[in-house]
Amino acid sequence: MHIIMFFLFAGFCLAGAINLLIQSHPINSALSLIVVMTSLAVLYLMLGAEFLAAAQVIVYAGAIMVLFTFVVMLLNAGKEARTRGSHAAWVVGFPAVVVILAVLATVILTAQGLGTASVNNGITSAAEVGTVLFTELLLPFEVTSVLILIAILGAVALARPSDGERDTHEEGTAGK
Amino acid sequence: MNAFIAQEVPLSWYLILSAVLFVLGIIGFLFKRNLITTFMSIELMLNAVNLSFVTFAQQWHTVKGQIFVFFVMVVAAAEAAVGLAIIIALFRARSTLAVDRIDLMKL
Repeated sequence: MHIIMFFLFAGFCLAGAINLLIQSHPINSALSLIVVMTSLAVLYLMLGAEFLAAAQVIVYAGAIMVLFTFVVMLLNAGKEARTRGSHAAWVVGFPAVVVILAVLATVILTAQGLGTASVNNGITSAAEVGTVLFTELLLPFEVTSVLILIAILGAVALARPSDGERDTHEEGTAGK
Repeated sequence: MNAFIAQEVPLSWYLILSAVLFVLGIIGFLFKRNLITTFMSIELMLNAVNLSFVTFAQQWHTVKGQIFVFFVMVVAAAEAAVGLAIIIALFRARSTLAVDRIDLMKL
């Protein structure tokens, strides 16, 4: 059963990722990225990480991708212009990608002692994650809260129109 | 057929899937011409790395790997908020999302 689920959702993952590359409209790419993230949540569950599977659906497929689709619609992003791209991407980037994949695959396939994943291996409950998170790793956890606060302030400061722009905008609407 | 269904999945397959997803993310980052799609490729790469973290957490029966993924998710959420705000500010200044036309740091 496990192996069928793996092939099904790994297939969804790869299909979504390839569709993200093929689609020329950003909203289609965003929707295929949601497919990738949701299938990854199922794979996490099969690896026994139930808390992460829930967080993946809520945080990634929910919050982050809603933010992406909002921005795509807000900016009215149309079809992307297909160009050749930068020269460096073809000369350096493409061989580098092939080399990275080859190295990773070699290392993974020659690695000894990797186990197997099965439903019998047990599921890590949210309580176990929480116990370690709030005792051993309390300081990093608190630091991330500061990080999120800074990110919120930064996002608001960046997305707000500058003073000069707002004045001209108000004059423009007043003129109408 | 029954033997096939009962078979367990080697963890290396999960790692291979993670590597392939990561490489697809790099390809998207290099060859997509839309700023938002480029940013989505970065999210894809983060997700691929998360999958390998969870796989290793399963391999070593430790919960720390999963907590690391939790932190990566937090940082990715912060990164998405700030990054999209930058994209909005950039769009306001340039009125375009094509990366070929916003390759200079100055206006």
